[in-house]
Amino acid sequence: MSLWFQNENRLPQTRLTVISYSIVGLMALLLLGFWKLQIVNSDRYSQLAERNRVRSIPIIAPRGAMLDRYGRVIVDNYPSFSVLLLRDDPQQVERLLPQIADGLSVTLDDIEQQIDAAKALPHFQPIVIKPEATPGDIAFIESHRADIPVLEMLMVHRRRYPRGGFMAHVSGYVGEVSSDQIEESGGRYRPGDIVGKAGLERQYNEHLMGVDGMRRSVVNSIGREVGRLEQTDAVPGKPIRLTIDYDLQLVAEEALVGKKGAVVAIDPKSGEVLAMASQPSYDPNDFAIRISKDQWQDLNEDPERPLLDRAIQAQLAPGSVFKIIMATAMLESKALPADYHVFCPGSAEFYGRVFHDWDKKGHGDVDLHKAIVHSCDVFFYNVGKQLGIDRISFYGGNLGLGHKTGIDVPGEETGLMPSEAWKERVFHQKWYPGETISVAIGQGAIAATPVQLAYMIGGITMGGRFHQPHLLLSDKAAPEIDFPISDSTVDTVTQGMYGVVNEPGGTAGASKLPGIELCGKTGSAQVISEQGLKRVGKKADLRDNAWFVGFAPRQNPEIVVAVLVQGGEHGASAAAPIAKNVVKAYYDKKQGKIPPQQLTTQAVPPGIPPSFAAQAARAGQSEPVAEEGVPTKPDAASTKPQPVSTSTPAVPPATLNP
Amino acid sequence: MNEGTGIRDYDWWLLTIIFAICGIGLLEIWSATHAGHLAGMHWKQMWWIALGLGLMMLLSRLDYHSVLDKAPILYLIGILALLAVLVMGHTRYGAKRWLPVMGEFLQVSEIAKLIIIVSLARFFAEVRTERLAIADLCKAAVLIAVPISLILLQPDLGTAMVLVPVVAVGAYLAGIQWKHAAAMVLAAALMVPIGWHHLKPYQKERVSTFLRPEEDPKGSGYQILQSKIAVGSGGFWGKGLGHGSQNQLGFVPVRYSDFILAALAEELGFAGVFVTLVLYTALLLRLIQNAQHAKDRAGMFLVMGVAAILGFHVLVNVAMVIGFMPVTGIPLPLMSYGGSAMLFVFLALGLVMNVRLRRFVN
Repeated sequence: MSLWFQNENRLPQTRLTVISYSIVGLMALLLLGFWKLQIVNSDRYSQLAERNRVRSIPIIAPRGAMLDRYGRVIVDNYPSFSVLLLRDDPQQVERLLPQIADGLSVTLDDIEQQIDAAKALPHFQPIVIKPEATPGDIAFIESHRADIPVLEMLMVHRRRYPRGGFMAHVSGYVGEVSSDQIEESGGRYRPGDIVGKAGLERQYNEHLMGVDGMRRSVVNSIGREVGRLEQTDAVPGKPIRLTIDYDLQLVAEEALVGKKGAVVAIDPKSGEVLAMASQPSYDPNDFAIRISKDQWQDLNEDPERPLLDRAIQAQLAPGSVFKIIMATAMLESKALPADYHVFCPGSAEFYGRVFHDWDKKGHGDVDLHKAIVHSCDVFFYNVGKQLGIDRISFYGGNLGLGHKTGIDVPGEETGLMPSEAWKERVFHQKWYPGETISVAIGQGAIAATPVQLAYMIGGITMGGRFHQPHLLLSDKAAPEIDFPISDSTVDTVTQGMYGVVNEPGGTAGASKLPGIELCGKTGSAQVISEQGLKRVGKKADLRDNAWFVGFAPRQNPEIVVAVLVQGGEHGASAAAPIAKNVVKAYYDKKQGKIPPQQLTTQAVPPGIPPSFAAQAARAGQSEPVAEEGVPTKPDAASTKPQPVSTSTPAVPPATLNP
Repeated sequence: MNEGTGIRDYDWWLLTIIFAICGIGLLEIWSATHAGHLAGMHWKQMWWIALGLGLMMLLSRLDYHSVLDKAPILYLIGILALLAVLVMGHTRYGAKRWLPVMGEFLQVSEIAKLIIIVSLARFFAEVRTERLAIADLCKAAVLIAVPISLILLQPDLGTAMVLVPVVAVGAYLAGIQWKHAAAMVLAAALMVPIGWHHLKPYQKERVSTFLRPEEDPKGSGYQILQSKIAVGSGGFWGKGLGHGSQNQLGFVPVRYSDFILAALAEELGFAGVFVTLVLYTALLLRLIQNAQHAKDRAGMFLVMGVAAILGFHVLVNVAMVIGFMPVTGIPLPLMSYGGSAMLFVFLALGLVMNVRLRRFVN
């Protein structure tokens, strides 16, 4: 072998040794690197590893249903899917956003806004980016599990309300909890929670709302679930049973369709609200998913003010209905003799000003009974003058005006019962005696809500026992305020109200119900003073508000109904028939003419208006019902749909628009 | 030729260290793959180890002088093979690196590494001056520039880089002058911007994400980040073999190969890493000891060439796993799964054994 490359030089031992030490040094350096990761920063990386491995998906607790007094479901839930965005990895999310927006057919702006809004939340908490997932969305998510691992589907229980705004103001609606509410709740609410925002949903939110659970599962690097860790089950919310009688509610809603006003029916013996409706209304189902800004703005700025619950928030002059308070005050204060009577020539002059009676011809010689039956203004002008504003205010206040009734629906207004002190306090002005004359017939600076008037009449007929109106059915008696009224006063006043409906010449004679002692008082209250009216010229929205507050039977009444039809002009023609229908339905049901279970159980009044009846029919066919443990909503298929009260057709709209 | 080379003359210490490292590697390959569709990979690896041991024994019987004697021819063959890969190689993962040989795909650059070791050992053995002359240094540079260029064309930056320490260590041992070394380093530094210009986009990305790994965690920074999470979450004692979530759920990239040390660090903790790195250190020191006891400079250069390549592999791979270096695709010798790499290591160790066996022989 030729070894010509053989080199006999000595080996560079020093350099070899240097290399050895270098290797040991470098290895030590690397070990130091491991030490830093594995010992010093171990906790941080353990957390990151855990976050990689574990995915937490909330399990949404269903809200409790709302049932009527007989257990019929008015508000319940249906299962639905929301699209969740997992944000553990913000950079990744940002990178995938265009793809996500495209796949879910939402705008990039929309998603970015929602991510921005959730900036304060911890990153491991997923956010809902599309509340109602379509089948297409679900397919998109499933097919992109590997390349878009940040999307997840969340089973939610969507609130289902009756269609078309039926009882909307009572039920209220739910929505995502606001930051203010989170603060107030003291930790009970978390961001993203769905809570009651209005109506009973808000009032009884604590009761209706369940506690969400959490499912923790192990996912692999491509986002596929490979194991379950633990699961905290959701605790469903508890249902509430309302005092509402679905059948009466139906009649009330039906009667108000196309009008602007409210109906409140109360059992004066207990304060239980049997029906409470307000129109125009809105569809709470629009809120159940996620109401868009535009939609919300439209509702808020609608001149018809559909969000206003007129039953408890419309503060309007009660008009002649106030004469019941005047009559009670006159008798109870004994400031005037019970047989006090005046001659009504059609107008009268007080303090240098002429006050007209609604009937220019006059009522002739009028006593209290006739004054109520005919609603004689001149009689009550005189009574008012004799009593003075402070005495009127004392009785008005004690009979329920000027303060909240305490009904368990949020947002109730107080109305206004003026007094000398009030005017001094608010306007720093003296009360003019002339103002008392207007107030005596429920005009001027006096305002009441429909629920207050029902409460007032109910209390007076009960001899001064005022039961707090409420919508939650309970074994416990509602708080009661006693302002004793003598039997003779009650008798005189109720007799007068009986005459209003049942005597010849009574203002509500057209609403007489054969066999039923319907009593009541009409009211037609000016929206604006006569002088003001002259200034703006007569316009549709300045037409008088029509009132009727009725009850039955005459003694020991079981039901009080207050009806307001804004711009209805005449209490007798616009408001009284509605009250009559409600009372009639109450008696028909009571007398077994229509057994409750055969009454229509559709959540929507049949046929009115056509658009929402069609929706209801579709809903009845397709919507699955049944939440375990909650009575199911009887749908159209299981019971024959039947008109509630065959003998009382809806008020023809013609009477509304002369 | 075999006179005086008995079974006792093999480096049993070296073999013990090798077996220990291979054992740990097998264990971790099993752990990383047993649950998935890759199950059974450790058996394949065992066959590669067995084959490698056989080839090592075979090569150690051959006198290294005769191997060095054939160096020019080997060098030519190597260059031709690298050209062949470029012309008709099999493309995988976006690079032409594989030539089909007997039903398996052979990574030609692994053979090329071996040939470069032999060629450089031969070259430096011929340098008889105490100090390395600039002319010789340039010759060595050219000698290695050709295969490096060809490997870069595949493109395989990692393997090309691996060849640099062979010439660097060789030059150092051959007595490079400090000013020359400084000039070389400067030249290399100046080459970086030019080289950067010629990097493939994915290579640029790797380097830039190495510098700022948090910017794009699901992109290529993802690998480094997940590797660090795996290592860090392992703690001192680890999560136990088969219980590392980063490893088992697939968060650690190529956990049975390039990132096997990350999987090991997660499941066996700092303790496991310590043992492993001590074993590698022992391996390298043992190689250097063999070089120190080589019969001649040719043997020393041969062994140190092997030591340079293995050392570079180990240091770069380990540094990558803990985020000290960008992702380069350099496997961990003796542990990472892969047939070509395993055969290269055992053949290289065969050369070392060869030198050792002949230290007392004339």
